[in-house]
Amino acid sequence: MANEALAETLESYLEYKSNKSKLFSWIFTTDHKRIGLLYLVGMTVFFWVGVTLGFLMKLEMLTPGKTIVDAQTYNTFFTLHGVIMIFLFIIPGIPAVFGNFFLPIMIGAYDVAFPRLNLFSWWLYMFGGIFAVVALFLQGGPIDTGWTFYVPYSIRTTTNVILPLIGAFVLGFSSILTGLNFITTIHRLRAPGMTFFRMPLFVWALYATAWIQVVATPVVGITILLVIVERVFHVGIFDPAMGGDPLLFQHLFWIYSHPAVYIMILPAMGVVSEIIPTFARRTIFGYKAIAFSSLAIAFIGYFVWAHHMFSSGISDTSRMVFSLLTFLVAVPSGVKVFNWVATLYKGSIELRAPLLYVMMFIFLFSIGGLTGLVLGSLATDVHVTDTYFVVAHFHYVMFGGTVIIFFAALHYWLPKMFGKMYSEKVAIWAAPLIFVGFNMLYFTMFILGYKGMPRRYWSYLPEYQTLHIISTVGSWILVLGLMIMFANLIYSLFKGKPATANPWGGITLEWQVPSPPPVENFEKIPTITHGAYDYEHINWEQDGKH
Amino acid sequence: MENIENNIIEKKELHTEIVAHLAEPHQHKDAIASKMGMWLFLFTELLLFGGLFLLYMAYRLQYSQDFVIAAQDLNIVLGTTNTIFLLTSSLTMALSIAAIQRGKKVLSITLLVSTIGFALAFMVVKYFEWTAKFHHGIAPGAQELMNKPNGEIIFYGMYFSMTGLHALHVIVGAIILVFMLVFLLRNKITKYDYIKLENAGLYWHLVDLIWIFLFPLFYLIH
Amino acid sequence: MEKVEHKEHLINYGTYVLIWLSLISLTVLTVAVAGVDLKKIALFVALFIAAIKSTLVILYFMHIKFDDAIFKVFFFVALATLASIFILTSFDVFFR
Repeated sequence: MANEALAETLESYLEYKSNKSKLFSWIFTTDHKRIGLLYLVGMTVFFWVGVTLGFLMKLEMLTPGKTIVDAQTYNTFFTLHGVIMIFLFIIPGIPAVFGNFFLPIMIGAYDVAFPRLNLFSWWLYMFGGIFAVVALFLQGGPIDTGWTFYVPYSIRTTTNVILPLIGAFVLGFSSILTGLNFITTIHRLRAPGMTFFRMPLFVWALYATAWIQVVATPVVGITILLVIVERVFHVGIFDPAMGGDPLLFQHLFWIYSHPAVYIMILPAMGVVSEIIPTFARRTIFGYKAIAFSSLAIAFIGYFVWAHHMFSSGISDTSRMVFSLLTFLVAVPSGVKVFNWVATLYKGSIELRAPLLYVMMFIFLFSIGGLTGLVLGSLATDVHVTDTYFVVAHFHYVMFGGTVIIFFAALHYWLPKMFGKMYSEKVAIWAAPLIFVGFNMLYFTMFILGYKGMPRRYWSYLPEYQTLHIISTVGSWILVLGLMIMFANLIYSLFKGKPATANPWGGITLEWQVPSPPPVENFEKIPTITHGAYDYEHINWEQDGKH
Repeated sequence: MENIENNIIEKKELHTEIVAHLAEPHQHKDAIASKMGMWLFLFTELLLFGGLFLLYMAYRLQYSQDFVIAAQDLNIVLGTTNTIFLLTSSLTMALSIAAIQRGKKVLSITLLVSTIGFALAFMVVKYFEWTAKFHHGIAPGAQELMNKPNGEIIFYGMYFSMTGLHALHVIVGAIILVFMLVFLLRNKITKYDYIKLENAGLYWHLVDLIWIFLFPLFYLIH
Repeated sequence: MEKVEHKEHLINYGTYVLIWLSLISLTVLTVAVAGVDLKKIALFVALFIAAIKSTLVILYFMHIKFDDAIFKVFFFVALATLASIFILTSFDVFFR
C-alpha cells in the first residue's frame, strides 16, 4: 500500500529528468540503477556478437575441410568468441548489471560508495570493448592467438595483438573499480540493523567476488603489459630465444584466469540463493554455510590455477599439489547445492520461470562441475586435456552455469527493473528449447573430446563428423531458444502488463520498493530487524495478497 | 484530507532534495570509505608488481650466476642514493600530513614541495643510470645486450621492466602530489578534511615500498 | 556522514623522524651486509631487512597501526594472497 502511494509521489529512476539532455542524463548518470541498465545494453550487444561467432564456428565444423571460412579466419573466430564472451559478457555479467542495480537496494542504501567511480567503470567497459572491436579492422588483421594469448605465439604472430590487449587491460580496470566500489559499499553503507549475517546471500556472493576482482585482476594486468612490452621492446622475458620461459607466462595468466571463473560463478550462485527461498516460500537452509562457502570458494580458488598446465611441463610435485587443491575447491560448491536442494525439500514450491531456469542451472552446472573432476585428476587429464572435452566442460559451467542464471536473473528481476511483466508462457516454452539445444551442442563435445578430437582445430578426421553434425544442429536449436527468450523479454519492455512491487512474494528489500524503483530507492533508509529470508516471521505481501 | 495532501507535498519536497543530492554527482563525506577505497586500489598495485617479483624469483633461480655477473654493472652508489631519496620523501610526505592535521598550512606545503623535489631527484638519477646503460649498448633489443648470455639478457629485461614500471609510478605519484599541492593552496585540503592528502600519501608510500624491495634485488646481488 | 574523526590519533613529528632514521640505518646495514659473502643466506638476509623496512613504512607512515582493525584485516588478506601465489609457484620452479 505504502508502495503504491510512494510510486504516485516519486519519479521512477527511468523517468527522472535532470537539466541535461536525455542522452547525457543516461551516459553521464551516477545512479547505480541506470548504470546497471547501461551495462545491460552493452552486454546484450556483445553477447549476440559472441553468439554469432559461435554459430559461425559450428557451421564451419559441419565438414572436415573448409565449410565457410579458411583456417586463419577460423582461428580469429574462436579467439574473438572467447574474448568477447569472457571479458565483455560473463566476467562483468551479473555483478555489473544486477549487482549494480540491486546491491544498494538490498542493503538499504541510496547508492554505492563511489557513484562517479561507478560511472567511470562503465565508460572503461565501453572503451575496452570498442578498442577490441576496432582492432579487428586494423593492419595485421584480427587476433588469432586464442583468448589465452599464450607466448611465444602471441609475441610472434603478425596479427594485431597490442590493441585487443590494451582493450583487455582497460576492461580489467573496469572490473577492479567495480570490485573496489562494492567492497566499500558493503562495509560502509548497510542500513541500521543490517548486520553482515542479515544481508541477502546475493550480497555475500558479490562481496566474495569483489575481492577476487580486486586482488586477481592485476596479475593478468601485468601479464598483458609484459606481452605488449615484449612485442614492442623485445626485452626477452617471455621469449625462449632470449632465455624467457613460456611457462612463467602461463603461471601469471592462470593466476588470474582461474579465479576469474569464480568471478563468473559466485554471483550466479548468489542469485540462485535468492530465487530458491522466494519460490519455496521458506528460509534458506544453512544461511551461514552458504555465506561462508562463497568466501571459501573465493579463497581456495586462488590455489588451483596450475590445473590448466598439467601437461605443459611444470614439475611433478606441483602437479600433485594442484590436483589435490583442485579437488578441495569442489567441496564448498557441493555445500551450496546440498543447501539449495534442502531448501526446496518440503517447501511450498511455485514453479515460475525464474525457478525453472534455476533448475536447469543445477542440472547443467552439476555436469560441468563433475567433469571438472575428470580434468582435475592427473591421469585422466593427460588424455582429455586440450580436447573438446575441455570445451564441453567449460561451456557447461560457464554457459550452463553463469549464463543460464543470468537468464534466470533477467526473468526474476526484469519486472522490478522496468515495471513490466513478460509472458510467462513464452518464457517457459523457450527453456526446453534452450535445454535440448544446449545438451545436443555440448554433450556431444564430451564424447568427441574423449575420442580424441583436439580443440581449436579447423579440420578433423572424417570419423568425427557425425558427432560434429549433431553438435551443430544443437547450436541451431539453442540459438532459436535464445532468440525466443530474448524476444519475449524485450517485447515485455514495450507491451508488457504493469508489474506490481512484489510479483513473486520475495521478502528481501528490493521487493519493498516500487517497480520500477524511485531514483533514491527509499523514501527513508529502513531499519532492519530480521534476517533476509525470515518467511516465518514476516508478513510478506505478494501482488497485494498474503 | 488536508493532512494527506500536506504529506504528499512534504514527500515531494524531500524527494526533490534527495534527488538533487543523489542523482547528480556528489561528494562523499565518509573519510573511512575513501581510505578503504584507496587501500583496495593499493592492493591492486601490490599484486601488479607482485607478478613481476614472481617472475624475478623464477628467473633468479634459473640464472643465478648470470644475475650475479650482470648485477655488477649496476651502480650501488646511485641505487643507494635513490633509496635514500625515496625514504626521505616518505618522511616529508608523512610530516606534510601531520602538519595539516595541526592546521599548519605553510609547513604542510613546504613538506609537500620537498616530497615532490625528492621525486624529481629520483627521476634525474634514474635518467642518468638508464642513459649510461643505453650508451653502452645495454638496452632491450640492442646489439651489445643480445650478445650476452641469456641469463644476463633476462636480468636486464627484468631490470628495465621493473624499474621502468616503478619509475612510471613515481611520475604519476609526483603528478598526483602536484594536484594535492594545488588543493592545499586553494584550501580544498584543510585541518578538517585532509583525506585526499592522506590517500595521496598512501600511494606515495607504496611507491617507496616497491623500491625498498627492488633495490636489494637488483643492486645488491653478490 | 561525519566531517572529521575527532578522536584522530595524531602522531608526533618526532616519531616519524625516528622511523626515518631507522629506515636509513637499515639501508646502510643492507648495503654493508651485501659486501659480506654470506653465500646461500645472503638473499634471505636482504629480504628480511627489506621486510622490516616495509613493516615500518606500513605501520607508521601508512598509519595502519593506528587505523581501524578492518584495515589490518584487509591488508592481511592481500598479503596472504600474494604469499600463497609465491608459495604455490615455488612448487613448480623449485622442483623442475
